Amino acid sequence: MVTRSAVLLVLGRVLIKAFLVALAVVVIYPLVWMMLNGVKSNSELFSNPFALPIAWKWDNYVTAWNRGVGDYLTTSVLVTVASTVATVFISAWAAYGLTRVNIPFNRVVLVLILGGLMLAPTVALIPLVKMFQSLGLYNNLWALLILYTAFRVPFTTFLIRAYMMDLPAEVDEAASVDGASKARAFWQVILPMCKPILVSTVLLNILFTWNEYLFAMVFTSGGALQTLPVGLTNLMSKHGTDYPVVFAGMAIAAIPVIVLFFAGQRYFIRGLADGVGK
Amino acid sequence: MTVSDTAWKPAAPPPAPVSPKSPKDRAAKSARTRRWRNVVWVLPAVLLLGVFAYLPLVQNLGFSFLKWDIYSGRQTFVGADNYVRMFNDPIFWKSLLNNTLYAIISIAFQVFGAMILAAMIEGLRSQRWRGILRAVYFVPSAISLTVAGLLFYFIYEPEMGILNASLDFLGLGNFTQAWLGQENTAIFAIIAMSQWQGFGYCTLLFSVALQRIPSELYEAASIDGVGPLQRFFSISLPLVREMTGLMMIVTVSGAFQVFNEVMVMTSGGPNNSSQVLGTWLYRSGFVRNDFGYAAAVATAVFIITLVLAVIQLRISKKRRVQW
Repeated sequence: MVTRSAVLLVLGRVLIKAFLVALAVVVIYPLVWMMLNGVKSNSELFSNPFALPIAWKWDNYVTAWNRGVGDYLTTSVLVTVASTVATVFISAWAAYGLTRVNIPFNRVVLVLILGGLMLAPTVALIPLVKMFQSLGLYNNLWALLILYTAFRVPFTTFLIRAYMMDLPAEVDEAASVDGASKARAFWQVILPMCKPILVSTVLLNILFTWNEYLFAMVFTSGGALQTLPVGLTNLMSKHGTDYPVVFAGMAIAAIPVIVLFFAGQRYFIRGLADGVGK
Repeated sequence: MTVSDTAWKPAAPPPAPVSPKSPKDRAAKSARTRRWRNVVWVLPAVLLLGVFAYLPLVQNLGFSFLKWDIYSGRQTFVGADNYVRMFNDPIFWKSLLNNTLYAIISIAFQVFGAMILAAMIEGLRSQRWRGILRAVYFVPSAISLTVAGLLFYFIYEPEMGILNASLDFLGLGNFTQAWLGQENTAIFAIIAMSQWQGFGYCTLLFSVALQRIPSELYEAASIDGVGPLQRFFSISLPLVREMTGLMMIVTVSGAFQVFNEVMVMTSGGPNNSSQVLGTWLYRSGFVRNDFGYAAAVATAVFIITLVLAVIQLRISKKRRVQW
């Protein structure tokens, strides 16, 4: 009996592992297919979708780049860097104010900022269009920078605040004994101590901004102002018959975030895990 | 791949205000001024949110009572007309149904499927394999929904797509069809893509939750002769229950905010069969120039997400399982 259940156990382990590996292959194959299609010719795409490329046409990537993907990428990098920096600083200030400074209506401010977590961008969309039109910021990258920052501050503040609450109060006391002002304590003591969570929030904000579609589509329409997600749909509608170039463009958009995820996996997981407990 | 203990702290009440260490002789008035000056720390965040998140929310409610042509700029008060129209609009109900389908299917795959998957992964003995599998499953979540949507648009494409080609290869040629081009399959094809995109994220979070269960519990059960399947049901499942609740709410809330993938893959077609609230709102406003109506749909989305957020808050506030 014992040996039989042991055999079953081993068999179960092998089956589970085989299943997990097979699933991993099925999950990752579409992405491999996408990148391979980016180096095929159009006729190869239609002849046998599973075949490897015959001649690796790397110039599809160059073509995609020249047909606008280069511009979209530049815009995406610009918007991503600017809004990530703005979001993390504004959130860190707010988290510091909420955890370590005596501010009036502390509780109200907290509810106001964290309440933003439940706001869906679609709900605010119509009034925001009107607002940015009257501000003269419609079809302007400032619109994206402002909106990404505003809608990411609640989540980012939530993460940084939870981290700051765990830092011992003695840290501030030591700083104030040294005669440091609140501002200096923040920049020189607290902020450096928050480095792990800051890295997590930076990565999560990059992921969000790089991939955001709704605001990018509604608030920008000119070619050079478009970020990658919107630009790709343009590439598709304008050069829809030249599919390998579209695949190449998709790969160009996807690769940076995949690389970033593998490079910063530990921080991503930490941020995601902290974030779901909101 | 360890997550510090801070990860699972409930949203605690705000810390009691730290009383400023002002000498007794300092005038109370100057302390108050100083206290008000501290507002600068939170001012940028409050202003941004107030102007660009909360104000639009209120304005949206106002707009939903208007008939509003954005080209002529003419706005007329029409009372509850937009809401009456919304409740009589079959496409609104179709959208709501599609969002609901999205939610139900996502709960099955991205919550319960991911939980079982995470338990399988964490049951593996090789630390390396666990790490690799978790990471590989997550990769689709890192790429944008636009890229994922376009990719699956091609996968479903009848002539070059790998879905029909795979079915042919497996001898299931009868099932090949234009997945996104038919009214009865389009929304399901989109939802299937979304499962591929999102399950790794949930698996990762369940893995983290499972790792936090002390291994002594499993060891003790193992010594008592409890089999692996029963260990899953009697230890893993109850101890990640709270995580499950949170994941369900996050998933459902996401399902009612779907926009990107539908827009990219079908724009709500064919014949509005894959319309969801987000895309119907967009179409009503920006294509049909019916902004008052779009605002009414937005209010519906707001009410749904608000209810879900309140439930989520209640779950978070409950005391967590301690061990």
